Amino acid sequence: MSEGANSGTDPGPVGLVLVSHSAQVAESVARLARDLAAGGAVAPVEAAGGTDDGGVGTSSERVAAAARRVDGGAGVVVLADLGSAVLTVRALLAEDELPSGTRLADAPFLEGAVAALVAASAGADAEAVAAAAEEAYGYRKL
Amino acid sequence: MELDTGFFLRWMDACARDVDREAKTLTELDAAIGDADHGDNMRRGFQAVTVALAEESPATPGAVLTLAGRTLISSVGGAAGPLYGTLLRRAGKELGDAPSTDLPGLRAALAAGVDGVARLGGAAAGDKTMLDALLPAVDALEGGLQAAATAARQGAVDTLPLLARKGRASYLGERSVGHQDPGAASSALLVAALVEAVGDE
Repeated sequence: MSEGANSGTDPGPVGLVLVSHSAQVAESVARLARDLAAGGAVAPVEAAGGTDDGGVGTSSERVAAAARRVDGGAGVVVLADLGSAVLTVRALLAEDELPSGTRLADAPFLEGAVAALVAASAGADAEAVAAAAEEAYGYRKL
Repeated sequence: MELDTGFFLRWMDACARDVDREAKTLTELDAAIGDADHGDNMRRGFQAVTVALAEESPATPGAVLTLAGRTLISSVGGAAGPLYGTLLRRAGKELGDAPSTDLPGLRAALAAGVDGVARLGGAAAGDKTMLDALLPAVDALEGGLQAAATAARQGAVDTLPLLARKGRASYLGERSVGHQDPGAASSALLVAALVEAVGDE
């Protein structure tokens, strides 16, 4: 056996959930982040955009379901875009309705998602993944 | 004044009815400074609350509000969902398992709910949000349900000259002045529904 392989104690990478008002935005940002993080095994990332009936807004059930799917035991980091997306995640966290170890990163949505997925795929823990996303605010364009 | 489970069920029923009746007005207010979906979102949310309460028949005032709050969070789709959901869930938790409460108990529960809303949204009085109707309502509740309804209505009207500091309307800056905040307007409806819940008995 190679060292550490499926020892039963390794929780795997941190999972990411991208919550946008728009299903297309969430899915596109997830795809872009996967493309940019590629090069080895990529950590799980799920899009949770739009409402249940396909409209603009936020579905708490989509968010919770996505968090459960990406939760491998190492924690889940959530990024959200605006208004109801942010408030829905915060309300779910306040009511303990997301997997334990889930946190909302205070980060720009697209840049933060790319940074977080690169960090998670490299094996960073949840705190470091959230920090990577949050550091994306410091990336100046001028 | 004893406020039992029946009172809270009638309150939620009156909310659903009033939101349905005023949905067009709420959406028009939202069209001026928001994204023109507040009436539809609130109607969808309270329709879901009506269904959930009928299906689960919660047995205590706390359980009624907790279930209603959870349902709003999962059914509204806009920012009103987590905000009103938090208002009712926090209030429901504050009521605990008691079979009934009274006016001071209702006031304490709503105060806890409003505090939850303020924390979640990071807003304060005067930011042109639902808090501008809810905070005066909780204060006035000491003088009875009708006093709270009047204070909430006045609070909502008083958002008209305010500059929005939270949410989408805040992107408008000075152009948000001169419009009533749709969240404050729907909050006033929900507080006014408390009075109907007594009358409907």
